[in-house]
Amino acid sequence: MSITRRNFLKIAAATGGLAIAGTSTVTSVLGLGKKPVSLPQYIPTTCEMCFWRCGVIAKVVDGKVVKLDGNPLHPNSRGKLCARGHGGIGLLYDPDRLKTPLINTGARGEAKFKKASWDEALGFVADKMQKIKEKYGAESIALLTHGTISTYFMHLLQAFGSPNFAMPSFALCRGARGVAFELTFGEDVGNPERLDIQNSKVVVLIGSHLGENAHNSQCQEFAEAVGKDATVIVVDPRFSTAAGKAKYWLPIKPATDLALLLSWINVIINEGLYDKEYVAKYTSGFNEVAMAVKEYTPEWAEKETDIPSSLIVDTARVIGKNRPHVLIHPGRHTAWYSDNVQRQRAVAILTALLGAYGRPGGIYLSPKKKLEPVFLSDKDYPEPQKPALNKGDYPFAGEEGVTHVIVKATLTEQPYPIKGWFITGTNIMKAMPNQRDTLSAIQKLELLVAVDMMPYDGVMLADVVLPECTYLERHDDLFTVKERAFGISIRQPVVQPMYDSKPGWWIAKELGKRLGLEDYFPWNTFEDFLKMKCETWGIDYSELVKKGYISFPESEAPYITSDNQPKFKTPSGKIELYSKELKEKGFDPVPKYTKHKQPPEGWFRLIYGRAPVHTFSRTTNNPSLWELMKENTAWVNAKVAKKMGLKNEDYIVLINQDGVKSNKVRIKVTERIREDCIYLVHGFSSTSKLLHRAYLRGADDQQLITKYDIDPISGSVGMRVNFVKISKEV
Amino acid sequence: MPKYVMVIDVERCIGCMACVIACKKENNVADGYFRTRVVEEVRGEFPYLKMELRSELCNHCENAPCIDACPTRASHRAKDGTVQIDKKKCIGCKACILACPYDARYSTPEGVADKCTFCEHRIKEGKKPACVETCLGKSRIFGDLDDPNSEVSQLLKKHDAAVRLEFAGTKPRVFYINKKFAGGL
Ligand code: SF4
Ligand code: SF4
Ligand code: SF4
Repeated sequence: MSITRRNFLKIAAATGGLAIAGTSTVTSVLGLGKKPVSLPQYIPTTCEMCFWRCGVIAKVVDGKVVKLDGNPLHPNSRGKLCARGHGGIGLLYDPDRLKTPLINTGARGEAKFKKASWDEALGFVADKMQKIKEKYGAESIALLTHGTISTYFMHLLQAFGSPNFAMPSFALCRGARGVAFELTFGEDVGNPERLDIQNSKVVVLIGSHLGENAHNSQCQEFAEAVGKDATVIVVDPRFSTAAGKAKYWLPIKPATDLALLLSWINVIINEGLYDKEYVAKYTSGFNEVAMAVKEYTPEWAEKETDIPSSLIVDTARVIGKNRPHVLIHPGRHTAWYSDNVQRQRAVAILTALLGAYGRPGGIYLSPKKKLEPVFLSDKDYPEPQKPALNKGDYPFAGEEGVTHVIVKATLTEQPYPIKGWFITGTNIMKAMPNQRDTLSAIQKLELLVAVDMMPYDGVMLADVVLPECTYLERHDDLFTVKERAFGISIRQPVVQPMYDSKPGWWIAKELGKRLGLEDYFPWNTFEDFLKMKCETWGIDYSELVKKGYISFPESEAPYITSDNQPKFKTPSGKIELYSKELKEKGFDPVPKYTKHKQPPEGWFRLIYGRAPVHTFSRTTNNPSLWELMKENTAWVNAKVAKKMGLKNEDYIVLINQDGVKSNKVRIKVTERIREDCIYLVHGFSSTSKLLHRAYLRGADDQQLITKYDIDPISGSVGMRVNFVKISKEV
Repeated sequence: MPKYVMVIDVERCIGCMACVIACKKENNVADGYFRTRVVEEVRGEFPYLKMELRSELCNHCENAPCIDACPTRASHRAKDGTVQIDKKKCIGCKACILACPYDARYSTPEGVADKCTFCEHRIKEGKKPACVETCLGKSRIFGDLDDPNSEVSQLLKKHDAAVRLEFAGTKPRVFYINKKFAGGL
């Protein structure tokens, strides 16, 4: 692989910063006998309570973080933090944190941990890694990574010789959307998504419960749109918070969203409500789409979706007449069924037909700024001896890799055995479907290492646990933010690491040393590397340290104008409504509707989602956030509850089609959900006894997801295919 | 004397709860207690539903029964017109907690009465209350009603606002606009 040569020795040593707060006190000049007053210090950094990565300003008094606030300069926070952002203090001071390295002395997964020194723990890991390398090859070590930024662990793995890493963000979250948008527009819609919600006249949420999914700046823009009387259309089997703001709530039969999307496209084309000029100028394949959607009439869609055809027509007209200022939210967690990419393609096609890509109120264009890549070292990675298997056989699997492929390869030892797992910043038990597969795969390993901050379920399975310090105690790599304008955000420690926890970069570097890979870590501290990176990019490091965020306003060019013409990086250079690339690989070039199974009588489809005060399964033990939401509830339609004689707040148990039983969970009897679904907020019922607040509180949706579909295009999984029934035996 | 009020634009609240936890951290509120809450109210039957998300907190009432009920004058009207509690004078008799019709007060683990202060320490510095500052929906708006140019004055001129439990006669200084359920307060 080619790497830009970089002189690491030329690092400017003293581009001084503000760095960690010491305590500054003022002994009042006149205050005879008065106690000295501690002056608060305000230090900017980047939030990690979810992956929106807002700018934060920490207020530190006497070496303690007392308040976190949004950095007004940062476009993801705009001076505000969400509940979790404010609750970051709870993570920092959670007494349940991992405090020292641990080595499991029992059988795998038994969690009979003994405390170890860093030297002992890292030596143990390095030794095992070398043995696996000798026996099976370096490729037999895989990395499952997410959460805390994984730059250095991916770097370590590649330096060691393995290309096998996978992040839940692809197969389990945004992957299908990324692929669909790349196929259509030549580019993903971004993360955070480039959505111009504050200027939208119509906001369509299909598969997104914005608000409950508290993505800071997007929530701010959504409220802005609501405040300006934008028409909100919400498609959701559940009356979400956003549905409470909607003019049209379409309580769709789950698994039929593609039918609705195709039928909207049908109406918009039939009634000539698309942007003809835009379509002619920027797109290709319109006729094929028009032909393909002919059969998807509103009358047809009514039967599939349970939504009256008149309502389908009405909403299509509202959408069409307000073009191009229409935002069809592409969603985030797109891992639903076996046709995720096709469903997301329909979203992309509809967006294009409305001329909403590159237009106010739609999806804005990427900022125009390129920075040359700066690598963690100038040394080439060794060429792996065996082919990477992290993308499986999925022709459009992304660079982030596909998690279930790693699990499967570990289980079957095909095409070659995987014998070591590194898990960093992801709770594998709660992120991936079919926990039984994950557990059996783990039994085949010779080494399982977990790097994390808290003893999450997945961490409890590890042979060696390496305690990372929290985002408030460490440096990480710089974040490039592609909002309307381009910008750089820094994460830096605001207090010293507590206990014997260490920053991720330190852990990777120390392991690297023990593996004979020190050349790949040519910097002393990570701050040295950051300074060098800033120097390369022409950014004043001390300014970044002080402000937390540096913006490049000249890079902003959000809309298509006569002198800002979009370049679509597709093979045809146009927006591909009809995808030749899909066709060539044997897939439908224009989305076709696939029917998915519906629950039999007496069963409910399990749907799951977010609460605004929690992220994944990673905050349920946080003292501050736990207090706001201690456990989840199972939402059940009021009529169903009545029929079954269930009262609000009763405890029930959910049993899935494979006989898997959930932990007991309170029932929320509500009108806000269809009769054929049960809804759980994701991430509860931790099985880790070391999480004293979260342990066995509520029900684990992921435990009930024993079945899953796979999208053959991307490898994205479908996790909305499980049926459950209710048992009163608690 | 300014007339500090809070206007709650009910329609803009997205129920993110940032306000609730920002308040807790700003004011170091004891575990298990909250000075403000967001209440969810749903009416109707599937699929014809309406929902209101309503922030509730101390109303800093003009006719404050909590002040009248307090035997030690710990509960008092501060110079800036807000209703405050002087912790040193509070004997923990809980009279004010019972007198408040809004369930806005609680007794701290130390046994003194406590409630929302409108972040008086922040107002003094010219800042907004913590909940307002962080409100993702800009659903909480704070300002001086005596200043005709303030955002709150403008909003209350434009909208027909409601207060909670008007019949209680306490003259609240927390106003609700764009409410869905007129009687729902
Ligand atoms: S959205 Fe909330 S949790 Fe996520 S980064 Fe922003 S403040 Fe932090
Ligand atoms: S809301 Fe209750 S505590 Fe607040 S001023 Fe009114 S009566 Fe007193
Ligand atoms: S912060 Fe604002 S939008 Fe969020 S719950 Fe509170 S009042 Fe509602």
